Amino acid sequence: MLGYILKRLLAVVPVITFVAIFVFLLLRLTPGDPAAILAGDAATPAQLEKIRTSLGLNDPLLVQFGTWIGQLFRGDLGISLISNIPVSDMVGQRIWPTINIALMTIILSVLLAVPMGVIAAWKHRTWADYAVMSFSVLGFSVPVFVIGYIFIQVFSIELRWLPVQGYTPPTEDFGKFLSKAILPCLTLATIYVALIARMTRASMLEVLGEDYVRTARAKGVSETLVLFRHALRNAAVPILTIIGTGFALLISGVVVTESVFNIPGIGRLTVDAILARDYPVIQAMILLTSAIYVFINLMIDVAYSIIDPRIRY
Amino acid sequence: MSAANAPVSRLQPVLGLLSLPLRLRKLGGGPMIAAIVLIIIVIAAALAPLYIPHDPLAINAIYRLKGPSEMFLLGTDAYGRDLFSRVVMGGRVSLFIGVGAAVVSVSLGLAIGLVSGFFRVADSIIMRIMDSLMAIPSILLAIALVALNGPSLWSVIAAITLPEIPRVVRLVRSVVLTVREEPYVEAAVALGSSMPKILWQHLMPNTLAPLTVQGTYICASAILTEAILSFLGAGVSTEIPTWGNIMAEGRLYFQIKPSLIFWPGLMLSLCILSINLLGDTARDLLDPRLRKREA
Repeated sequence: MLGYILKRLLAVVPVITFVAIFVFLLLRLTPGDPAAILAGDAATPAQLEKIRTSLGLNDPLLVQFGTWIGQLFRGDLGISLISNIPVSDMVGQRIWPTINIALMTIILSVLLAVPMGVIAAWKHRTWADYAVMSFSVLGFSVPVFVIGYIFIQVFSIELRWLPVQGYTPPTEDFGKFLSKAILPCLTLATIYVALIARMTRASMLEVLGEDYVRTARAKGVSETLVLFRHALRNAAVPILTIIGTGFALLISGVVVTESVFNIPGIGRLTVDAILARDYPVIQAMILLTSAIYVFINLMIDVAYSIIDPRIRY
Repeated sequence: MSAANAPVSRLQPVLGLLSLPLRLRKLGGGPMIAAIVLIIIVIAAALAPLYIPHDPLAINAIYRLKGPSEMFLLGTDAYGRDLFSRVVMGGRVSLFIGVGAAVVSVSLGLAIGLVSGFFRVADSIIMRIMDSLMAIPSILLAIALVALNGPSLWSVIAAITLPEIPRVVRLVRSVVLTVREEPYVEAAVALGSSMPKILWQHLMPNTLAPLTVQGTYICASAILTEAILSFLGAGVSTEIPTWGNIMAEGRLYFQIKPSLIFWPGLMLSLCILSINLLGDTARDLLDPRLRKREA
């Protein structure tokens, strides 16, 4: 088991290395000069040259790459070109709203989607099944921000139940945090629920046809136990996989949702940095989100063996 | 020649594709309605220049944010441009982006996947690159590409296409890996067929069915991604209306005139819904085993 985890950890190294090379080249090889952005329109060539030298932009690509990787290993993510604040500080300030919203969304989605998928499979080809499937196809087809605006229109503007936008840290005022976080979480959850419910249903349908499910029913195990203990546990691996790969969807959802609801998280931070061409922030954020994505999927791979004892490494 | 045993397994997927419209007829209501909706949207978009009542770009300050009237079927936007004309013309561009992204990512993914699946040396390098491309959140990669290359139509298509390629490569590769052990491929190798011929004539046809399905999903998600890019400020510039940038502009006036988001949003959702439904149907029809592979 430990050997397996180590092996998987090692396999992550080339992936992250390629991501780093890719992000680095992406920013160097596209038109647009960070020095020109920093200096503004009125800059003289001499000023531009000075900025380039101070940023190391005149060094050969390989040297620049080496410097950057060296900094990364020392935990230095660089300094924002625009606000002059170290990127790690910016991330530290803005990661909590994102983590809070994302965690709430994942918990909410799993709690909603898994029972939905189980019921849809259990009541296969009935109205309940069709309702779940319709929801899941619909969830894939409506852009996240449209869902967000519909929620704002209905719950905040028409019904006036919830505040329109904004964010309050839970440590400051938990009630306010909840009232502001509900709509973003529901918005984000729509697509995630659609994805997980669909996979749960498909996976459960397969398992429910197995002999041991028939045996369990025949020996009089209650239906709830059959569904959740016998069937769901065996159907869990694809469901977990989709929760992991769906994490990519969640990231893109977070980026959009933070803009819709005006939440100061790292999604907004990244988009703002990209639009302003704040190179150090872009590099750091893309690398960071990719690393998070890779590690979450690694953890899920490891979790398989705990959930499903048939998988042994 | 490997003709003796090859044709059956080679032609099957092609025949499957050709008979798809015939089999669609036997389907239930859902996919049928989806097909009709999609055909209407495509025709309406294709013929748009023939019937739109106003120039979708004509700015008219007197008619800012007007409601629906005889003159403006769905009202006007913040610049007094006709919403109906913009939504219809926007559909043209959005559909073009969807189909364009699907065609480009499927063709490139097919080429890379065939090579990767057949040549072991290339495989390990290509797959590492593909894995790392997949690790980068696609939306961030896409905004970065557009922000760095400028908001042209082509740069948006390229930005949407690049993150999709690894998924196509994986699919093609998985098909090639199973098929390359088949006797007819071995026979072709033994008979000295050239490598391009083996790849193209013996392996490629097997990927067509799953690629069609994958292509429909890419098309749907490309249209959605375009909308998200526009929303985040990294989409096609508004001289070329798309469903996405009409909504993106509309969100500033959302509280005054929700229909600026509603109409393009509705058309976009209907379109994606239909494409997804047809994709699901095609998947079930072409190859029931795909359901497992997708997982």
